[in-house]
Amino acid sequence: MKAVTTSVQQQTHKLKKERNFWRTAIRNKYLYMMSLPFVIWVFVFSYYPLWGWTMAFQKYKPARSFGEQEWVGFDHFKTLFQDDTFYLVMRNTLAMSFMGIIAGFAVPIIFAVLLNEVRSMAFKRFAQTISYLPHFVSWVVVAGIVTKMLSADHGTVNEILMWLGLIDQPIQFLAKGHYFWGIITVSDVWKEMGWNTIIYLAAIAGISQEMYEAARVDGANRIRQIWHITLPGIRSTIVILLIMSIGHLIQIGFEKQFLLGNNLVRDYSQVLDLYALEYGLQLSRYSFGTAINIFNSVVSIILLFTANGLFKKITKESIM
Amino acid sequence: MKSKGLLGSAPLSDRFLSVFVYVFVIFVMIITLYPFLNVLALSFNDSVDSVRGGITIFPRDWTWENYKVIFSFSGLITGFKISVFRTVAGTVVGLISASMLAFTLSRPDFQGRKFVSVFLALTMYVSGGLIPVYFLIRDLHMMNTFWVYILPGLVSAFNVFVIRSFMDGIPFALQESAKLDGANDFTIYWRLILPMSKPALATIALFLAVGQWNSWFDTYLYNGSSEALTTLQFELMKVLQSTTSGNNVDIHNSNMTQMMSTVSPESVKMAITIVVTVPILLVYPFLQRYFVKGMTLGAVKG
Repeated sequence: MKAVTTSVQQQTHKLKKERNFWRTAIRNKYLYMMSLPFVIWVFVFSYYPLWGWTMAFQKYKPARSFGEQEWVGFDHFKTLFQDDTFYLVMRNTLAMSFMGIIAGFAVPIIFAVLLNEVRSMAFKRFAQTISYLPHFVSWVVVAGIVTKMLSADHGTVNEILMWLGLIDQPIQFLAKGHYFWGIITVSDVWKEMGWNTIIYLAAIAGISQEMYEAARVDGANRIRQIWHITLPGIRSTIVILLIMSIGHLIQIGFEKQFLLGNNLVRDYSQVLDLYALEYGLQLSRYSFGTAINIFNSVVSIILLFTANGLFKKITKESIM
Repeated sequence: MKSKGLLGSAPLSDRFLSVFVYVFVIFVMIITLYPFLNVLALSFNDSVDSVRGGITIFPRDWTWENYKVIFSFSGLITGFKISVFRTVAGTVVGLISASMLAFTLSRPDFQGRKFVSVFLALTMYVSGGLIPVYFLIRDLHMMNTFWVYILPGLVSAFNVFVIRSFMDGIPFALQESAKLDGANDFTIYWRLILPMSKPALATIALFLAVGQWNSWFDTYLYNGSSEALTTLQFELMKVLQSTTSGNNVDIHNSNMTQMMSTVSPESVKMAITIVVTVPILLVYPFLQRYFVKGMTLGAVKG
């Protein structure tokens, strides 16, 4: 008898809960109407394409329906790992990625620390406004400017080097493969240096002024204050950003390489995304191109988890 | 009497640091600005004269000719119109969708909140990649249409989360009292929360507008063969690539080749670069206050 009442009670409880759910749902109706279209949108544009990954395991022919495709297992991945171009592309991607991380961290940190030492607020603001400018222009414009500056035909860089007597003849910078990684790194630093200081300046602003006062009382000069207070004060920000950049180690984009590269420097400019673009779309090897995409995504996810694990270990916090 | 000048009482090392700081910051400002000023000077300089070299930040042989030439080129006029249109439309639509979604996610009483958050956050890390997305756009018959500029980038998880973290800071009691006055959730969003979220919206509007204005790869990939849907950045890209050795893009456009023969391709490039850059220059300094705050907020939460 007791057992029956409890089960009835449970049932009414469940019913009540269900009724509550629907009652809340009705109360939430506007919220549902305002988010559902976007959930559907996210599904179509971000999740549905994942279904396309099946192409990498097929000998995909656009004319055939899904059921008629010929399945080939991991054949495309085998081809990928046996392709010499793949290793060349990986070398270029990793080289530019590491150079980008080193320069892309060092320069904005130095710039932010020095900007913080500027006493005139008006001048500091003016300098910041100017330094943000390149961030807002497109890579197309930056590529045009870089090409112009590096041109052998009265390009500014060549003119300066000749004037300094460092070279006798203009250098064809963009036609020489071994300059390419450096050019990409420098262009990237030039474009994003100012923008990347924002976060460091915010971190510096969070350091307590009392610490500087105490240091001054102790007779520390400003260089020592930078070394012992400012830099340690932004250390955790630097570590977080550094770890987060691990997740993007092989996703370095392709715009700059596409726009600044040319056939003469191909062996140095070809990166993973361009490789997928070229094989997948321009040569219509869809399955192979998709296999490259999958490789890219899977490695990035592994790197992301590694980064997150590392981050947890250091800070006992998770970024995900 | 001891005079306390600007650096009078400071130790020698501090004075040295001050000098170094100003020298460094001014150096950074010069290398940032000089290329733009150089391009500007070249765009106003006679194209034959430019070949001699030696132009720095002032034109030597002043002329409007380069601009007259590029604005007589129909592709550039179309490109300009499409670029302006996609920037305005993309920003407005993007802002409404990001803020609406952000609003629902900022509501603690919304049942779907957790699911939608995770569903959205995952898209920041997993993407189908170039080829599956290309096929999707093709299957949706969006190739060679204006939609390709607006729809695929409609909702960005990053933008939604920046706006949402701002909305989280608005006291929920305000919404509750509006509700007691009989307002529904849409009215609360539109009349109460949206006007209060202006700083976050300004930041995201800037990001969206700059992204739209600067985008060229979608034109290249999906609308490259459609002259009526070309964009300024894409036209500039074509001009730039046409004269670099071993170009990636062929120029079929006789109109453009003709244009290049009247003034030098170099001067054309410079003039288009300026046309593409000036609108950004006119906008971003006024929004600096907002985007600095927005970036800091996004970095802390994201």
